[in-house]
Amino acid sequence: MSAPVPLALTVNGVEVARAVAPRTTLADFLRLDLELTGTHTGCEMGACGACLVMMDGVPVHSCLVLAVQAEGAVIETVEGLSERGAIAELQQAFHQRNALQCGFCTPGVLVNAHALLEHGGVPTREDIRDALSGNYCRCTGYEAIVDAIETTARLRAGAEGQP
Amino acid sequence: MYAFDYQRPAGLDEALAALRAGEDVKVLAGGQTLLPTLKQRLAQPSALVDLAAIPELSRIEHGPYFLTIGAMARHAEVAASPMVAEAIPALAELAGLIGDPAVRNRGTIGGSIANNDPTADYPAACLALGATVVTSTRRIAAEDFFTGLFETALAEDEVILAVEFPVGARAAYRKFRNPASRYAMAGVFVAARDGEVRVAVTGAGQGGVFRWNDAEAALSADFSPAALDGLTLDPSDVMADLHGSAEYRAQLVKVMAKRAVAAIAS
Repeated sequence: MSAPVPLALTVNGVEVARAVAPRTTLADFLRLDLELTGTHTGCEMGACGACLVMMDGVPVHSCLVLAVQAEGAVIETVEGLSERGAIAELQQAFHQRNALQCGFCTPGVLVNAHALLEHGGVPTREDIRDALSGNYCRCTGYEAIVDAIETTARLRAGAEGQP
Repeated sequence: MYAFDYQRPAGLDEALAALRAGEDVKVLAGGQTLLPTLKQRLAQPSALVDLAAIPELSRIEHGPYFLTIGAMARHAEVAASPMVAEAIPALAELAGLIGDPAVRNRGTIGGSIANNDPTADYPAACLALGATVVTSTRRIAAEDFFTGLFETALAEDEVILAVEFPVGARAAYRKFRNPASRYAMAGVFVAARDGEVRVAVTGAGQGGVFRWNDAEAALSADFSPAALDGLTLDPSDVMADLHGSAEYRAQLVKVMAKRAVAAIAS
């Protein structure tokens, strides 16, 4: 029962082929098989958002996707986004604004913030909070996170860097 | 999770054959409820049949009388679809209120109605708009489809292909979200067509989604928020849990219903 299934997908620009048990989640596959531990597993029920990754261009809870469902998909984790510089301004803004304390939730928040800012323009604070509705942070109270994302959006839009 | 086999057929016939091939074979749509269920070991399927590789199941079509949404259409796709926004804007709005953005990127309309969670959003739209659930074997009116908490009229080897919504009604959906989970603590979908008004309520009924008949009668006579002033939803039929008492939820239903009516009337 449940023999491993061949799986081929692209992770952070690299084509990967493995055999996985069907019950392996994408989060566990990334962390355990590929050792990409920037993707965190918190609640593992799709509530906390620590495990968010980009899947075919949109954020998904990698704990609620089976690895086998990602056959042929293009996955980008926080490591990939970081290495290609896609979230450099966000990381800088998070640092400057102290938008993290323990940092456990930060990878998921960065992935979601990246997805939001990919739409272009400067989202309202309400838009930012709505986008982050699936990210739990128990340290910051969210204000600093919203500030950092807003600051980055303004920077990218060429407007004032500080609100 | 217990172990299971996995198949991702490229066609419907193959999927139906796979469903009939073993005991306790389950359909995998978006997985946003099924995966948590499996993780809690509340289900132990022998195999999952993933419908994601069957392209025709994701189609959205707008004809003169119906908007047809394929079972595998993701919530984010419905929310962003210009076709849905033109045909039934309230439905696009509803889809954009489900869960969080990442859940909306995976969750599907077929999965939502097949699960029939008493706090899910789509069942209210199906009931209020008089939708028809098109399956691999038959067409089921929404009235007959939702049969109780997490229960539907679907047979074990029956697969939802699409949901067909009649167009032309004036409609609005108003939802009071649990601030953490974003599930509906009370969601009311109101649809008005040719003097007939339907009021479908989710998030509150002990038996799942239901039509609020007293509100429908009152609104048919006078389509205004004030028409609901004198009504009280009987709390003895309303869910109570740590998020809210039955009386509180009954009041929320009334307020959401009035807001939906106000949105249509304006």
